[in-house]
Amino acid sequence: MALFSTGSSGFRRAQGDLHLEAVTKEFAAFTAVDDLSLTVPRGSFFALLGPSGCGKTTTLRMVAGLEQPTRGRVLIGDTDLTGSRPYERPVNTVFQSYALFPHLTIRDNVAFGPKRRGDADAARSAEDALELVQMSAMAGRKPAQLSGGQQQRVALARALVNRPEVLLLDEPLGALDLKLRRQMQVELKRIQTEVGLTFIHVTHDQEEAMTMADTVAVMNAGRIEQMGHPEELYDLPRTSFVANFVGQSNLGTGRITGADGHDLVVEVAGTTVRIPRDRSAVTSGPIMFGVRPEKVRISTEQPAGAGNDVKATVMDVSFTGVATQFLVTVPSGAVWGVYEQNLDVERNTIRPGDAVWLGWDSGHAFGVEADEASAEEARVAS
Amino acid sequence: MTALAHTAGAGTHAGGPAPGQGRRRGGIAAYLLLLPGALWLVLFFLLPLIQLFAVSLQSGFPGYPGYYYRDVNAGNYLTAITQFAGHFGRSLLYAGLATFFAFVLAYPLAYAMAFKAGRWRNVMMIAVIAPFFTSFILRTIAWRQILADEGPVARVLNTLHLLPGGRITETWVAVVAGLTYNFLPFMVLPIYASLERADPKVIEAGGDLYANGFTTFRTVTLPVSLPGVIAGTLLTFIPAAGDYVNAELLGSDRSTKMVGNVIESQFFRVLGGFPVAAALSFTLMALILAMVFVYVRRFGTEELL
Repeated sequence: MALFSTGSSGFRRAQGDLHLEAVTKEFAAFTAVDDLSLTVPRGSFFALLGPSGCGKTTTLRMVAGLEQPTRGRVLIGDTDLTGSRPYERPVNTVFQSYALFPHLTIRDNVAFGPKRRGDADAARSAEDALELVQMSAMAGRKPAQLSGGQQQRVALARALVNRPEVLLLDEPLGALDLKLRRQMQVELKRIQTEVGLTFIHVTHDQEEAMTMADTVAVMNAGRIEQMGHPEELYDLPRTSFVANFVGQSNLGTGRITGADGHDLVVEVAGTTVRIPRDRSAVTSGPIMFGVRPEKVRISTEQPAGAGNDVKATVMDVSFTGVATQFLVTVPSGAVWGVYEQNLDVERNTIRPGDAVWLGWDSGHAFGVEADEASAEEARVAS
Repeated sequence: MTALAHTAGAGTHAGGPAPGQGRRRGGIAAYLLLLPGALWLVLFFLLPLIQLFAVSLQSGFPGYPGYYYRDVNAGNYLTAITQFAGHFGRSLLYAGLATFFAFVLAYPLAYAMAFKAGRWRNVMMIAVIAPFFTSFILRTIAWRQILADEGPVARVLNTLHLLPGGRITETWVAVVAGLTYNFLPFMVLPIYASLERADPKVIEAGGDLYANGFTTFRTVTLPVSLPGVIAGTLLTFIPAAGDYVNAELLGSDRSTKMVGNVIESQFFRVLGGFPVAAALSFTLMALILAMVFVYVRRFGTEELL
């Protein structure tokens, strides 16, 4: 590469799905990403979800070319991009801090990419991109004159204008307030559908990942714990980390004692519960039983004939309008949450200190490998 | 503006303390805080400046050298400009060269300090500032030893037949080298400050948006650090243009005198030279002000104007 060449002489045109093949990134004594393999289908909205330090941003930076993997390969379609520089890749990033060029106007910020690629119509492309994010009116301003939300839109336009094969979003909504964040979530999804590009969205906010993405990959300690459609992840977590990080879970460690038809019979702190065999990640030995709070029903009388019921003591009741949340202590000593929608006319009469019965449909129960440590980690992180 | 804010404040915040009032009290406090500095400036800068201007227009008593009377004698300026035009030109040229060389040396140094130094950053910072612990005069005299005819630099260059005149001292090279050296920290520090403050992600964004290393430097890093570059060039050029120590200690008596040296000799060595010396001072000031104004207008950012 000649020192004085402008533009992007080494640019690699690549098309197709994004593949990470056994990618590992080590820093000094720390493995940020550990043997990670992943395929992101072209045109999909993909979320990398995990607590801070889980390696999601490092993964993103390796796709952008801002970091090089210690081992493994990064490909788009059949083109191996490993080792190529960021400016050679058909990939653009929306940075967490937006990283707009402070010395350029909004128009010039957005036109920066097209200009570098020798687009004769850079100005026109920039105007179109600003139109898409509804920022045309601000084109003449400098980044410092814009609010956080507006800068965020500009950062998005600056990346989108290049029509990259893969667009990376590094916690782009992190600095926005709640209301604006919700609004931008809807908008991002709209824009992605409109332009049809592959979006990879990194976030630690599970709700954000679930509302926007077609596929969510939950990352922990440099590895992908589980990957799938948001509903699938929520309905059937495969590890205790996912059970806790994606939504809340009521968990109990126990032991599988036998089988009954399609169900596994599990003994948890003296109570017998059932888990459908295909909803359990383990089939013998120790197991962690789980059920989501909204799947649990609370009542003052023992449910008839269910067989999945636990006697518990109410610790706390909080009324939130559409629902009431209960915190209860189960016989194992664990604290469970119960989420009841306020559908009935009668007011809830359960008070802290009351003895209650908890019941659930055993079809909603799930089993994961017993692993208190990672469950705790996810509880703290989420 | 203040009055407007005051009435608006009084109207909307009838209950609480009116913000307009708070601002006015803050205003008085600010003026009180400014007072000592302002007095100092009036007493030791503004009044002497007016006095100097008056001197620059004085005429000498014919037949009584060293005696003057109050006058409006623009002839002093004419003398200053016509007789010493070469010195003005030399001053601006040497200062310009020193500023250029200081920039060339300082930018990579500041860049390395800001982005590459890691834990050596503080050591480098101390190395840049440490010379200030020794007197300016002393350091310049030391350069005389370094560049002397029998000194290491001249000897090596002479051995290699790379020194046409055979010596470095008593030439413009020595003067420019001395100026560059003496004002280098004033170039390094502002550039370093602006690079250090720059968001590394902004520079990464350049690479992400298809600009290679050099293009990113040209279109992002350099413009982002421009306020520091401008501050550095001003802090180097302005004192260098008025400097006379380097030309005095490192230069020749004939061919490398700068305006500073002329002013010094007109004031202290030439009988009856006071008005011309004052006129020279004012002309230099006007020249520098004009050049700085054009420069900042051309390259300046909002932060400087």
